[in-house]
Amino acid sequence: MDLPTIWFLAIALLWTGYLVLEGFDFGVGMLLPSVGRDESGRRTMINAIGPVWDGNEVWLITAIGAMFAAFPAWYAATLSGFYVPVLLIVVALVFRGVAFEYRGKIDSAVWRRRWDAAIVGGSLVPAFGWGLVFANLLRGVEIGADGVVRSSLLDLLSPYALLGALATTALFVLHGALFLGLKTDGPVRHRARAAARRAALVAVPVVGGFLAWTAHDRGTGVPAAVAAVALLLTAVGCAAQRREGWAFAATAASIVAVSVMVFGGLYPALLPSLIDPAFGLTVANASSAPYTLGILSVVGAVFLPLVIGYQAWSYWVFRRRVHVDAA
Amino acid sequence: MDALDLARWQFGITTIYHFLFVPLTIGLSVVVAALQTAWHRTGKTEYLRATRFFGKLFLINFAMGVVTGIVQEFQFGMNWSTYSTFVGDVFGAPLALEALLAFFLESTFIGLWIFGWDKLPKRVHLATIWAAAIGSNLSAYFILAANAWMRHPVGFEVNEATGRAQLTDIGAVLTNPQAWSTYTHVLGASFVVAGLFVVAVSAYRLWRHRDADHEMFRKALRAGLLTTVVAGIVVAASGDHQAKLMAQDEPMKLAAAEALWRTEAPTGFSLFAVGDVEGSRNVVNVQVPYVLSFLATGEFTGEVEGIVELQERFEAQFGPGDYVPNVPVLYWAFRLMMGLGGAAIGVGVLGLWITRRGRLPERGWTYGVAMLALPAALAANIAGWVLTEIGRQPWTVTGELLTAASVSPGVSLGEVAFSLTTFTLLYGALAVVEVRLLWRYVQAGPAHVTPTVEPGARVPAFTY
Ligand code: HDD
Ligand code: HEM
Ligand code: HEM
Repeated sequence: MDLPTIWFLAIALLWTGYLVLEGFDFGVGMLLPSVGRDESGRRTMINAIGPVWDGNEVWLITAIGAMFAAFPAWYAATLSGFYVPVLLIVVALVFRGVAFEYRGKIDSAVWRRRWDAAIVGGSLVPAFGWGLVFANLLRGVEIGADGVVRSSLLDLLSPYALLGALATTALFVLHGALFLGLKTDGPVRHRARAAARRAALVAVPVVGGFLAWTAHDRGTGVPAAVAAVALLLTAVGCAAQRREGWAFAATAASIVAVSVMVFGGLYPALLPSLIDPAFGLTVANASSAPYTLGILSVVGAVFLPLVIGYQAWSYWVFRRRVHVDAA
Repeated sequence: MDALDLARWQFGITTIYHFLFVPLTIGLSVVVAALQTAWHRTGKTEYLRATRFFGKLFLINFAMGVVTGIVQEFQFGMNWSTYSTFVGDVFGAPLALEALLAFFLESTFIGLWIFGWDKLPKRVHLATIWAAAIGSNLSAYFILAANAWMRHPVGFEVNEATGRAQLTDIGAVLTNPQAWSTYTHVLGASFVVAGLFVVAVSAYRLWRHRDADHEMFRKALRAGLLTTVVAGIVVAASGDHQAKLMAQDEPMKLAAAEALWRTEAPTGFSLFAVGDVEGSRNVVNVQVPYVLSFLATGEFTGEVEGIVELQERFEAQFGPGDYVPNVPVLYWAFRLMMGLGGAAIGVGVLGLWITRRGRLPERGWTYGVAMLALPAALAANIAGWVLTEIGRQPWTVTGELLTAASVSPGVSLGEVAFSLTTFTLLYGALAVVEVRLLWRYVQAGPAHVTPTVEPGARVPAFTY
């Protein structure tokens, strides 16, 4: 395998890590009003993701940094080409990050209500937005011979892309609900279970539909699509039998399958052109030089396992269920 | 007004904003870690109270540093796609290293520290804050190496076929003299800010709240003053080195910062000048003789090149164009940095003297002055960055890539205007919230965040 391909895989891995990890904390954020209901419920939910959400978000920062370093033209064309969606995602992440830190800092119901809204919106917009971006990566954009993306915002809102956006949103809601079932206790756990059942009713057909459409367009990826849907059904089954750990693992695996489908469908392209296939960015024509990729490989091989190690340890430290007494 | 102008405004606004929080994170993380270490060693609850009090303030600031940093990382691709494509091979590597080596460390261990008070053994818990502090201090190196490379590009070549810069020597990029000199200077300046933050908070508490924590804040005040002075020495020494590098690598920046229109040897350091930019001359110029020669070359009679001569030289080298950055802005940025920063450090020196052997001043205004030193130091930092970045104009990468050629060609004026407006409003609102919160917690004092605990007892977690 050549270095650019290895780095394509590494970036796919970083994105997958991001979607699996931040996927559940986006889900928790979106469920805040319906599962949280009262203040102690909402505190329980936020404390369940409190110690880990920031570490989860660094997967995104690293994925973007790695795109910048390994495929500069991909990084540049994607972020400038999807300008408005990316802007909205970034603004949402700003709101969300501040909201987690600040909501508990002043004891006032109005104050907390405002930050709760920021958490909900700040989780919904990226969950939806990343689906939109990835669906458009698969579909291709108006990229010309000069490497400049000229798709308008309207072009990005095709039915296919919107379905992709709904798919990630529904998937993350389900993933988050199962996480809450696993990590919390009392009424929150109870309501999370009900929410997971409802989320599954939407997630299974929407994700299935999006993957079927993708497989149909590309003529590949049927096994990954089938696996993703089968894993979602497994998750629902496990949740019904109170095997919450397995249920959560199954949605995580389902996200991995979706990600395999997306990145597998893309390769060897990075950003296909709708104008002329020759104009698209590919792993071969957009990569950095072997020297840089070599350095990145050594650093990645040493540090990524280390990062995974200490993040796993942090999950271990906070393995107990979270429970907040109504004060 | 075109997309380029707005993209520049956005970059300036968002980066300066990011850098309001960064120095505090860099410095305060170490201060909090040191306080907790003191508690660990001595078992005195006053250190625990101080750890938790300053820890809370640190976290309020940290959150803003993180979210504004995310904006930075996306902004390069969104607004500066040509630049990103050109430099990614060189510039992306330090950025990716930073995320992998530093940001993961920081964010994971901050989470462990916040929520781990009652879950981790004391010693391990102490290690988590140190890990986060080391992460913060490490992260600065990579981003500054990337920034230094833009001023003094080394270890690369431009690939003829692709027109992109390609890394040829990572060692050269990471050991770029501009990189470690800048790092020393920025780290020094960050600890000046953090020291003065501790001073300002302690001074306020001593002045307005004569309570049980009086003795604790007196000690904190002294520690803050000492930090400021030690860091101030580092800033001055490295600043001198920065000026020499500037003379060597970016003579135009130095000439503009000094409003030195014509080459002179020897030349003096200008204290006050009124310039005539059109006529390339100064109407009024009050100078201290020989000092600029010494600052730039290390010799009192050294020659320093002037703007007019440099412009001619660059035209011959790079073709027709305007290679003169904004002279009045640079001139005053340089003076504000040295003046306000120097005054702030001076407050540190005086403060140490005034508070020697347990003394505390009686008059209220002394405390007021101590508190004003903090905004002065922050302003000095901003001025320093304005000098660095605007002085590099018209280049983004000196001698290689013009700013005008760096923007995203596919991004419209409307899009940049939308994002500039969004960030400006968002950041303005967040600034109000942040200041309000910090103020509230300073007002409330340590009693609020530390329920009376015995060492070793179960300490309730900082939760959300
Ligand atoms: C407390 C803040 C502070 C103080 C008191 C000083 N500086 Fe500074 N300076 C900074 C904070 C700063 C900074 C904000 O951190 C900068 C911006 C970029 C950088 O490297 O550091 C900076 C940049 C900067 C540069 C531009 C580097 C470049 O563009 O290549 C020079 C030449 C100096 N400094 C020199 C000095 C001198 C001679 C000082 C007098 C003792 C001084 N600084 C005090
Ligand atoms: C955190 C401290 C920094 C501050 C306060 C700062 C400030 C600024 C300002 C004020 C401008 C606008 C200049 C102009 O419009 O004339 C600018 C431009 C720019 N800076 Fe910085 N900068 C900082 C760090 C960095 C770093 C670390 C990098 C790169 C890693 C960088 C890269 C750029 C680029 C690409 C531009 C846009 C092109 C330009 O207009 O010059 N800056 N910066
Ligand atoms: C303009 C280029 C810059 C980019 C792209 C950038 C990127 C980032 C990002 C993505 C984060 C969030 C990390 C997290 O989630 O934990 C961050 C935070 C941070 N940045 Fe920047 N940054 C820039 C400029 C700087 C400069 C010039 C410095 C230091 C001299 C700096 C120091 C830090 C530090 C210490 C943090 C972590 C602490 C905090 O959040 O306050 N950054 N930055």
